[in-house]
Amino acid sequence: MNERGMTSQIKFFWKYFKRNRLAVGGLTIILIIFIVAGTAPFLAPYDPGKTDVSLKLKPPSLKHYLGTDQLGRDVFSRMLYGARISLSVGFVAVGISIFIGILVGAIAGYYGRWVDSLLMRLVDIMFCFPTFFLILTVVALLGPSIFNIMVIIGLTSWMGTARFVRAEFLSLKERDFVQAARALGLNDRRIIFRHILPNALAPVFVTATLDVATAILVEAGLSFLGFGVQPPAPSWGNILTEGRTYIFDAWWLTVFPGLAILLTVLSFNLVGEGLRDSLDPRLRGRR
Amino acid sequence: MGSEILVQVQDLKKYFFKERLFSTEKEPIRAVDGISFSIRKGETLGLVGESGCGKTTAGKAILRLIEPTSGQVFFKGKDLMSLRGEELRKLRPFMQFIFQDPYESLNPRMRVGEIVGEGLEIHGVARGKEKRERVEEVLEQVGLHPQDAFRYPHEFSGGQRQRIGIARAIALRPELIVADEPVSALDVSIQAQILNLLMDLRDRLGLTYLFISHDLRIVKHISDRIAVMYLGKIVEMASSEVLFRQPLHPYTQLLLQAIPRLDPAKREEKIFFKETFLSLEKERGCLFAPRCPHFKERCAREAPFLVDHGDEHWVACHFV
Repeated sequence: MNERGMTSQIKFFWKYFKRNRLAVGGLTIILIIFIVAGTAPFLAPYDPGKTDVSLKLKPPSLKHYLGTDQLGRDVFSRMLYGARISLSVGFVAVGISIFIGILVGAIAGYYGRWVDSLLMRLVDIMFCFPTFFLILTVVALLGPSIFNIMVIIGLTSWMGTARFVRAEFLSLKERDFVQAARALGLNDRRIIFRHILPNALAPVFVTATLDVATAILVEAGLSFLGFGVQPPAPSWGNILTEGRTYIFDAWWLTVFPGLAILLTVLSFNLVGEGLRDSLDPRLRGRR
Repeated sequence: MGSEILVQVQDLKKYFFKERLFSTEKEPIRAVDGISFSIRKGETLGLVGESGCGKTTAGKAILRLIEPTSGQVFFKGKDLMSLRGEELRKLRPFMQFIFQDPYESLNPRMRVGEIVGEGLEIHGVARGKEKRERVEEVLEQVGLHPQDAFRYPHEFSGGQRQRIGIARAIALRPELIVADEPVSALDVSIQAQILNLLMDLRDRLGLTYLFISHDLRIVKHISDRIAVMYLGKIVEMASSEVLFRQPLHPYTQLLLQAIPRLDPAKREEKIFFKETFLSLEKERGCLFAPRCPHFKERCAREAPFLVDHGDEHWVACHFV
């Protein structure tokens, strides 16, 4: 696959990817969630923050598709807005983590020697922290804003990407076309970003997809514990928490956000695995 | 051919050290073990030897694509080994490398135009339209179509890819080109085309080649002088004509004998070579001794130096 140009490689990859029905299904769901999150203000039948105590804890009906919560807010509308939060936390956090991961991995892999040892030990150290509790601590100290959460998740999840990118760089930097670039007199920065990195990105996309799922889960977990996105802003995690109290009286408050989280995370994981299988020629024959 | 010396290599060494944890033993692999030669401007020096003898390592070390362990290389009078970072990059346009494997040496993610033109841009030689024109000119020079600039390397055959590699090398108008087995990965029918292209370019652009190959016939075809390498050392060096007419070192004789001949009647009497292993005293003795038919006791004790036997015919053997 390394012998191919970008456009034809995408075609080639799609040919394998579409054979994997689960992954295609996951991709469809992700796209739907994306569209829903993007058009939430138009799709939502009610203002997600509007309370009406006379309508509290109504079960799902044609008027309120997914029922109402303890303050009479429309759960369906809140879920739509919650999708925005979950997705933006997922993508921004992973964006940050990929950026750091690529930078650290590229520098470690390209320069080798003590730079490599130093950075990889840093990775080991970061891996040693129980990430979730680290995030909890930091959020407790800095305050639970959505911005803080995205940044902290990003800062604590780049290590896998860094290891991947380093491994790719270690093998790619010995290739002839990299030596050719050096023979032309290019500087290190250009060799790293123009010649090596584009050839090292495939596995990064795979881990990124899987990381989005993890980041969404972490956000939901934080919100559930009350350290995440703060009410009244809706996120799947805090809808779930608020509904927990009424779990026996109003099942719809916990089931639907739970399902949404499950479906999204599952979809990202399926797409991630589909990506991995279709990008790795050794795994192509299996399905 | 001018007599001005373009490249001078002095006692170049490249050792590879095995990295082993908790080990103090440092017995290096001597890929290139003290080679010296010079190449005059406009001349082609062929570097031959069996695979693994250090030819490629030598070629790469001369251009500092890999860092030599020790030794000096003077290019146009400048000591390449003393140059650092930016100074070395400034000299890069004048010395280029052609790689053996055309499938490995082109970045699969870049268009041919970018591959060939990147050097021009980096060294501020040409930008924009000027760069495009220069790229087209160079592509035509190597026998490709100007429109090929917009295609990706995987759309080309091995021979065409090697042409792209050559185009990249000559785009910056270099003076020295180190060609590392530029045809050995190609079909025999394509080999001749690429060789002719290289010779044609040499004459038109006044290039100087260090031509590395394991194939004596090819080297004879293209080179003015030939250096024969064995296990990291040069064992014989002479003009092509002299080397083929009168090989003096037993190893050169072995190599010449190994060239397949079409006419069975012309078969000469063969010298037989031993494939035994004598225990040599470490770092002493002639490296070829274990395979040498003329082996004498002195060969195990004392390493021969390159000695001029007249007419710039250098041989490293005690009994020539």
